[in-house]
Amino acid sequence: MIQFLLDNPFLSALVALVSLAVTFGAVLGYAAVQFKVEGDPIVEQLDALLPQTQCGQCGYPGCRPYAQAIADGDAINKCPPGGQATINTIADLLDVEAPTLDEEHGEESEVKKVAYIREDECIGCTKCIQACPVDAILGAAKQMHTVIASECTGCDLCVEPCPVDCIDMLPVESTVSDWKWHKPEPYYQRASNIIASDKTSGAAA
Amino acid sequence: MTKIWTIPGGVHPEERKEQSLQLPLAEIALPKELVFPLSQHIGAPADPVVKVGERVLGGQLIAAAHGIFSAAIHASTSGTVSAIEERPLPHPSSMPGECIVIEADGEDEHIAYQACEDYMQLSKAEMVKRVRAAGITGLGGASFPTAVKLNPKSNQPVDTFILNGTECEPYITADDMLMQTRAADVVLGAELLAHILGDPERVVIGIEDNKPKAIAAVTEAAKGKAIEVVSFPTKYPSGGEKQLIQILTGREVPSRKLPADIGVVVQNVGTAVAAYEALRFGKPLIQRITTVVGEALDTQRNILVRLGTPVAHILAEHGFQAKRASRLVMGGPMMGFALDTPDVPVVKSTNCILAPSKTELPPAAPAQACIRCGMCAEACPASLLPQQLYWYAQAEDFDRLKAHNIGDCIECGACSFVCPSNIPLVQYYRAAKGTLRQMDIERQKSDRSRQRFEFRQERIARAEAEKEAKRLARKKAAEKARQQQADKPGAAKADVVSAALASAKPKAISAEDELAKLQRAVASAQNRLEKLQQKHDESEDAAQRDKFSAQLKQAALRLQEAQAKLDARQAIPAPAEAVAGVAASATTDANDPVAAAIARAQAKMSMPPAEKLQANIDSLQQRLAKAEAKLAAARANDGDTVAALQAGVDKMNEKIAAAKQELAALAAPTAATKPEPAARPTAAAPSPAVPPVKAAPKPEKPDAASVAIAKAQQRAAALASMAPRDKLHQQVKSLEGRLEKALERLAKAEADNDDNLDAFRTGVEKTRARLQQARAELESEQ
Repeated sequence: MIQFLLDNPFLSALVALVSLAVTFGAVLGYAAVQFKVEGDPIVEQLDALLPQTQCGQCGYPGCRPYAQAIADGDAINKCPPGGQATINTIADLLDVEAPTLDEEHGEESEVKKVAYIREDECIGCTKCIQACPVDAILGAAKQMHTVIASECTGCDLCVEPCPVDCIDMLPVESTVSDWKWHKPEPYYQRASNIIASDKTSGAAA
Repeated sequence: MTKIWTIPGGVHPEERKEQSLQLPLAEIALPKELVFPLSQHIGAPADPVVKVGERVLGGQLIAAAHGIFSAAIHASTSGTVSAIEERPLPHPSSMPGECIVIEADGEDEHIAYQACEDYMQLSKAEMVKRVRAAGITGLGGASFPTAVKLNPKSNQPVDTFILNGTECEPYITADDMLMQTRAADVVLGAELLAHILGDPERVVIGIEDNKPKAIAAVTEAAKGKAIEVVSFPTKYPSGGEKQLIQILTGREVPSRKLPADIGVVVQNVGTAVAAYEALRFGKPLIQRITTVVGEALDTQRNILVRLGTPVAHILAEHGFQAKRASRLVMGGPMMGFALDTPDVPVVKSTNCILAPSKTELPPAAPAQACIRCGMCAEACPASLLPQQLYWYAQAEDFDRLKAHNIGDCIECGACSFVCPSNIPLVQYYRAAKGTLRQMDIERQKSDRSRQRFEFRQERIARAEAEKEAKRLARKKAAEKARQQQADKPGAAKADVVSAALASAKPKAISAEDELAKLQRAVASAQNRLEKLQQKHDESEDAAQRDKFSAQLKQAALRLQEAQAKLDARQAIPAPAEAVAGVAASATTDANDPVAAAIARAQAKMSMPPAEKLQANIDSLQQRLAKAEAKLAAARANDGDTVAALQAGVDKMNEKIAAAKQELAALAAPTAATKPEPAARPTAAAPSPAVPPVKAAPKPEKPDAASVAIAKAQQRAAALASMAPRDKLHQQVKSLEGRLEKALERLAKAEADNDDNLDAFRTGVEKTRARLQQARAELESEQ
């Protein structure tokens, strides 16, 4: 057998290559069936990057539908709550140029907000409860409603349906526990007075 | 001699420790007001247990721990709770936070402390409980609740307990002073904590070699005990927990792990003394040693200060000159933070109040560009790459920051200290770490939001599905009900004729019903009459008899009426004929013989031929009966119509015979019957409807109708005998003729703008269709 293969180098190479092809084909085929990825992983990844406010400002009914839309080729700059940071991370993920936020869908707000129901004025119509995408409003018909502040995403969707306009969007006040150090201004943005020429350049800046 | 390891990096800033060591430890006058922030430790804020206006004694619990990662707070002197309100906190943010404010009464009355001679005999759980109840947190600076640290997980045995007396930051000498003055208590505290931790193999007190007096005192106190007192070269930041472990054991705490994970626990010397006091004398943590230092002060020294004492009070006691001070710092110059206001209190972690003059600690020089000298990397005690971190922090590239282990930065500030460009590197890292923490919190929140959103979507979808299922069920039920209803009166047909039929049918049914009703009425009336008759006969009373006779008469009258009605009803033709009659009258009313003919033909067609013939025969027999009656009447009157009537009756008899023959022929299953239905309309169409249409206006000539019938029957017979081809041919011809006529009528109707134009049209179209069909059949035959 070995002698035969040695005598026929062409044939033995052929046999070796074919057997390798068959083996790896079988392995790959098995892996394709056994380790099949359910769903579209890119949608999952996009969904994880979106802020999950479920506000619908992008024109889709929630963050996941927008993630799906992005995966299907929609623009990535339609998410005001996520802002430029989210756009940048999505652009990173999709390996595309990061556009600026599309102002058509709203502006990025500086501070986080939560809904607050002025409870004296609430008439208990349940309209805001139906509008809340994350079930963060408690209440029942003809009973006063209230917002679970820790679950509120600040999506604004409850404000419009309120017939008595008793919902305010209040900025979340920062406390000692969520306080963080500020990033120092970079040196080139600060007017420095180290040498004489700094004065003019500092003034110019 | 214990082996000593070294840490990478580190710096040697000016120590300046002698400034505060010139004077002995002192106490200052009690302030008028003490402020106790509810959150002066890592973890949840404590819950206040006193009310405004309540008098409290020194050592009394004023706020209880909220959860495990929290610590109790005790009043440090006697007084009245004047407020529980927001006050500025000793925190880099200078934000306000909830505080208990106590107005001191100056009596400094304390609760009776429960001393415990043989505290070492207590169970470990009891010891931890007491430490916890005393509100002890790490006094080194991080304020981690000590009780938590004394409860290591059972799967992480502690083999080394280190008492940290390093105090590596410049200026600060609080621990040095403590060790000098209370060395015995430090050793007892070390023994106590080591005991709680399960008597680890090694108990080490680590002291930097710049504190010779402290080293001497502690070594003296620890003589004869299983405690090593180790001094090692001074270098900042040797006092960092992880750094100290590395120096004393050579072991490195892995990234994102705790010292307990490698079997080491580190406590500050101050914490050890506080724990000893808590167990031995039952004293909670209400005071601590704090270094008050800086050239902006007249007096620089260490003081034993009550917690809650406002910094302003301490500064006033030490001759603070605000004009000379460059700033006010809580903590050391490397890791402390500047205070915006001196109105903040001393808390458990306040180890130093620094009031440097402008020459002593000048304001930070302006930062310049990074020149990539790499000095920060050399200085970093955690072996990180500070300049890379700086770039990424500037660009807010958090993925790369994480990849470069920004989490391992201990924020010691060595990198900022060595930076020749004066870049506040550590500020960038603090900001980046804060943002990362915030992002983490937001990520958790968004995950929860996603879950809630998805759950809500699912719930809505489920509700929708249920609704849809209900709707379908309702629809099904409605359809079923409709079908049942539709099945009862028979399937409705779309065309006019069937509509007419349908409308006629209920009438026919009601006629039948009426008949039955009348019959029943007659029967019951008869019954009644009989009964009354019987009663009348039986009764003897005259008055009664009269009454009965009246009733009898009434009943008889009613019976007569009913009988009359029944008779009238029975005179109406049989239902089948009534239907035909209705259909016919409906169309004749409309003056539309074509449509009428078609309708009649269709009505006929809808009947099986045998039935049709039978109906024919029936009607003929009826007519025969009438004709015979007429004949009899004429004979009786001796009228001149007798002969004519006689002829009519004879003809009728003939016709009946012919029809009966045909019926018999039909009953026989022959091939010839097949084209019968197709031939039928042409032949039979005029026959049944002829009497009402043609005979009615000419009652004196009843023969005309029967003649037509006879003709039609003859034709039918002829057709039956013909070959199918000829038959079809004939049919086509007759249809053509009818179509012509129909078209003529239609034209006329159009000219007159007749109301029944549509009916004409449909008639024409139907005739045409039939003609086409016949032609097609003919062709196929040919």
